[in-house]
Amino acid sequence: MSPAPASTFGSGTGSGATSAPGGHSAAATSGGGLWRVALTIAWRGLHTYVRRPDLFVPSLVFPLVFLASFAGGLSALGSVPGFHFPAGYTAFQFVFVLCQSAVFAGLFTGFTLAFDFESGFARRLMLAAEDRRGIALGYALVALSRAAITLSVVTAVALATGMRVTGDGIDLVGLYGLAALLVLVGYGWAAGVAFRFRSIQAGPLMQTPMFLILFLAPVYVPLGLLRGWIHAVASVNPATSFLDAGRGLISGVHDHTGLAFACAAGLIVLFTIWLLSGLRSAETSP
Amino acid sequence: MTSLSTQVGALARRSMLKTLRQPFQMFPIVFFPLILLAVNASGLRAATRLPGFPTSSYISFAIAVAFIQGGMFSLINTGTNLAEDIESGFFHRLALTPLRRVSLIAGLLVGVAALGALQSAVYILMGVVAGAHLDAGVAGVPVILVLGSLTALGFGALGCAAALRTGSGEAVQGLFPLFFVFIFLSSSNLPRQLLRTGWFHTVATWNPISYLIEGFRSLYIFGWDPTALWRGFAVAIGLTAVSLLAVAVTMRGRLQRT
Repeated sequence: MSPAPASTFGSGTGSGATSAPGGHSAAATSGGGLWRVALTIAWRGLHTYVRRPDLFVPSLVFPLVFLASFAGGLSALGSVPGFHFPAGYTAFQFVFVLCQSAVFAGLFTGFTLAFDFESGFARRLMLAAEDRRGIALGYALVALSRAAITLSVVTAVALATGMRVTGDGIDLVGLYGLAALLVLVGYGWAAGVAFRFRSIQAGPLMQTPMFLILFLAPVYVPLGLLRGWIHAVASVNPATSFLDAGRGLISGVHDHTGLAFACAAGLIVLFTIWLLSGLRSAETSP
Repeated sequence: MTSLSTQVGALARRSMLKTLRQPFQMFPIVFFPLILLAVNASGLRAATRLPGFPTSSYISFAIAVAFIQGGMFSLINTGTNLAEDIESGFFHRLALTPLRRVSLIAGLLVGVAALGALQSAVYILMGVVAGAHLDAGVAGVPVILVLGSLTALGFGALGCAAALRTGSGEAVQGLFPLFFVFIFLSSSNLPRQLLRTGWFHTVATWNPISYLIEGFRSLYIFGWDPTALWRGFAVAIGLTAVSLLAVAVTMRGRLQRT
């Protein structure tokens, strides 16, 4: 924690060790302590991320492989009878890759948190932090900054390979705003798991549900072209509204935009409760 | 000193039991490919409406990928198990016994091949339950089992080579995404003639995994297609040969260090 000034984590064992459940002392209730801790963790997280190729490279390579595989390998699906998407199949798949990369940026930050618990770093952090909610917030900022890097690269590659965007500037702000909310959805779930299990072995528990939710949505073709059980599942899957809204925003033909933002906001509230109760569980664990 | 077959048999049994007794190792082998199959077969069913798509049943088309994914999980499980043995010192203690050198890995790989046949049988059964039609009929089953076993052996040996080279389970696990890329950049989701993006078609044509998938797939949708079959077997045998060579080289290095 070289960049952290001594004041960032309070004085000695004081506030962190003696604070009430939730970890915020009276001195920290102003919010200053919360943000000091959060920004320091965010700086450390981002610094570690860009300096470690084993973290950095896979997070960039996988979305690009998905984009290449789906947009390139399945482009023939754009000519299936009943498939109409004004911006073309690459843009159709780009939205899925964007949403997936956003959620996974959050999930991988949960992995980092779990790893920090395994190495003992997060425990020391909890002893020292002025306001422990700042730890959760700090890792959320790490997730957002990781996602910003990944999404920028994926967007640049998609545009360079000829993706058409028929939505306007405001639509694109909406698209990336939705992606930012999805980062927080993925992070909220994964961090809640990480705070409870405090082991990287809980990785599959973080990853599998999100993976399934994303793939049980209309990934390859629109909902109208799905048949059977997958149609029934996709119809009630919140990820469907994310994909519909994202595809609507990139093409300028809005579809379920309000619903997607409402679903994302609802999931963030839900997972914030999950995350904070996990933080409490980590505080009370021996 | 016991015979080679007894030594190999004992180590093969240990290798199989080690996997079968650990649900977290069995889950990805059995269920992950089936979950992906269920999701992809449903999500991509519309592809059968494309002109030139070779079958009206996408699940019959897609089930081939499950066999390859199962093989890739063999790579991870075998490599991780061997790396664990190296990390714990078991492998080195075994190397100090009168056991023949070849048995050290042959036992493990015989176990992998047997598990490969077993997992292929599970995929065949689940495919039948899900509605996949095996056009080659019952006679196609043993061919799939042999090809599945060879595929698992090839990938498993590659996992062994990685474990012998690095001695680290984490490093072996890190290989998984790399091999998954090979599946993504192949004819796994659409037949090659329907891959319309030029560069993707070229990559899929050069990617040996395409031919392995097409070998399994041909039995499901074309019955007996000699070209697809010989190519599939050629890739599986080639993969096994290259992997065994890599095992021999890395084994020498590992035992010299010991």
